[in-house]
Amino acid sequence: MSSVDNIPNLLRDKYPEEVQAIFAKYPIKRSAVMPLLYLAQREAGYITKESMAEIATLLELDTTEVAAIVGFYSMYHDEKAGKYRIQVCTDISCALRGADKFLEHLCQNIGIKVGETTPDGLVTIEEVKCLAGCDKAPMFQLQDGDQVSYHENMTVDKTMELVEALKKANLEVKE
Amino acid sequence: MTHILFRHRDIPDIKNIAVYQQHAGFAALKKAVTSLQPKQIVDEVKASGLRGRGGAGFPTGVKWSFLPDTIWPHYVVCNADESEPGTFKDREIMESNPYQFLEGVAIACFAVGASEGYIYLRGEFYPIARHLDACIAEMEKAGYLGDNLFGTQVSIRIKTHLGAGAYICGEETALLESIEGKRGQPRLRPPFPAVVGLYGKPTVINNVETLSNLPYIVEHGAAGYRQFGSEKSPGTKIFSLSGNVNKPGNYELPLGTTFRELIFTHGGGISDGHSLRAIMPAGASSSIIRVDEETFDKVMDTPMDYENVQNVGSLLGSASVIVIDDTHTMDWVINKTIEFFKHESCGKCTPCRDGNYWMLQLTERIHAGHASAGDVKLLDSVAAQMYGKCLCALGDFSTMAVRTAIERFPEDFEKKVKA
Repeated sequence: MSSVDNIPNLLRDKYPEEVQAIFAKYPIKRSAVMPLLYLAQREAGYITKESMAEIATLLELDTTEVAAIVGFYSMYHDEKAGKYRIQVCTDISCALRGADKFLEHLCQNIGIKVGETTPDGLVTIEEVKCLAGCDKAPMFQLQDGDQVSYHENMTVDKTMELVEALKKANLEVKE
Repeated sequence: MTHILFRHRDIPDIKNIAVYQQHAGFAALKKAVTSLQPKQIVDEVKASGLRGRGGAGFPTGVKWSFLPDTIWPHYVVCNADESEPGTFKDREIMESNPYQFLEGVAIACFAVGASEGYIYLRGEFYPIARHLDACIAEMEKAGYLGDNLFGTQVSIRIKTHLGAGAYICGEETALLESIEGKRGQPRLRPPFPAVVGLYGKPTVINNVETLSNLPYIVEHGAAGYRQFGSEKSPGTKIFSLSGNVNKPGNYELPLGTTFRELIFTHGGGISDGHSLRAIMPAGASSSIIRVDEETFDKVMDTPMDYENVQNVGSLLGSASVIVIDDTHTMDWVINKTIEFFKHESCGKCTPCRDGNYWMLQLTERIHAGHASAGDVKLLDSVAAQMYGKCLCALGDFSTMAVRTAIERFPEDFEKKVKA
């Protein structure tokens, strides 16, 4: 996909209406880069080189500029990981309410280390910075493609139930 | 007391547009658009003494008056990036009382002559952004946003924009860069955003909580607003209380409420029978207040407003009060805060980028018990050299807790270092 003539139409083919709505929202094209990157991340949970090249072409930017934006913001990913990313906050307020221990025990229960993915490719555990959920720690966000949900006042048991539910839901989709 | 901002705590369904309307919703916007001149609103907000709730405490009406009326269009940008560790108030406003907030954004647009307002939310607030989009659509349908508002020539549109996980985008010029599709790195000032802001046009940037005060001010006037709070810090404030307290959470209280009332009356005191040792009143960016037998009453009786918190050696900031009990030591606390700032430094200014890297090496070594007394001195020296040398406040903020921890809790560091 190195040739300019050979840029894929991944986003425009898959989400034509959303791409159009994003462009309509801003007076300049370049402002569309962040919402387009979320769109590119929706399905696989990370942004491929091909998607970055397409976005660069759409916005008349260099692919490197788009890659630099992906690298700058921590919610964009350029490498494959689990379908779901459990992102536990261990910042000061959460840590005062036991977030470090929660993360340690969660890792032991799931059987992976921070940054690793379960063998079935379902869950990656990550440690992240403050999520504005300080009064309801331990807490984490669940990132799934371009979507995010908060899970607050959590215990390891409650989290394991959530992981089981995600496993089940995913099997049903496959069948 | 009655809530001005957290009205959902008195009227639980206020997030439904019909319920909001039944409780005088959009009356202030209608009054503004149909019977007031923009300048009258700017003057009223100036007279109200409303100060920016994002942390800096700058008078809102004064900020608005910096926009030149020779350059158009003007933009209103709402800072909903809420990322300071210990701060979780804007989230509750947007989730539970969204129409009052959006009415505030629309009033700000009218006051500065902007026909477009952007709300910049941190990426983690994805569900809140989708919820606000739905509320905006409801308001358009009901004629509170869009063209020819209330039969006038006034047009106001509001759009949401999601960040993607970067604390620095709460800094207003970095936020503008981010909307423009760039990495969120602060701009050199001047020119200030009031003159050269979003897309190079005059722009006012206000925090969610600041804007949510506007419907009340327009409806009840400056005098009505000033019945709460103090002369120099009028109004109510949402205090985000977290850490080692029995009842952490958001509390809307008049500015000038004491630490004692917040922590012991509302927060239910220190958890697990421990004692209070330290307070960070402005999140991870705080100078740390030491609380011991000698200082306890003085600190507890300090009114939390923009002036008085300085008397106990800190700042009110965004009023994110982190309470630390006597089971924790400050070498651990600053190791946590520096982990945060090292991750969040945008990398543009060398003192902040490299300074935070070295501060992390040192705080880790000290906390692990592998450091010498010289390392503590070196840490203080690195922090001192960073201060005042960066384009934005992040560099300075990162040094606050470090320097005050070393100065005010020397015993924590003496115990940690090797002889």
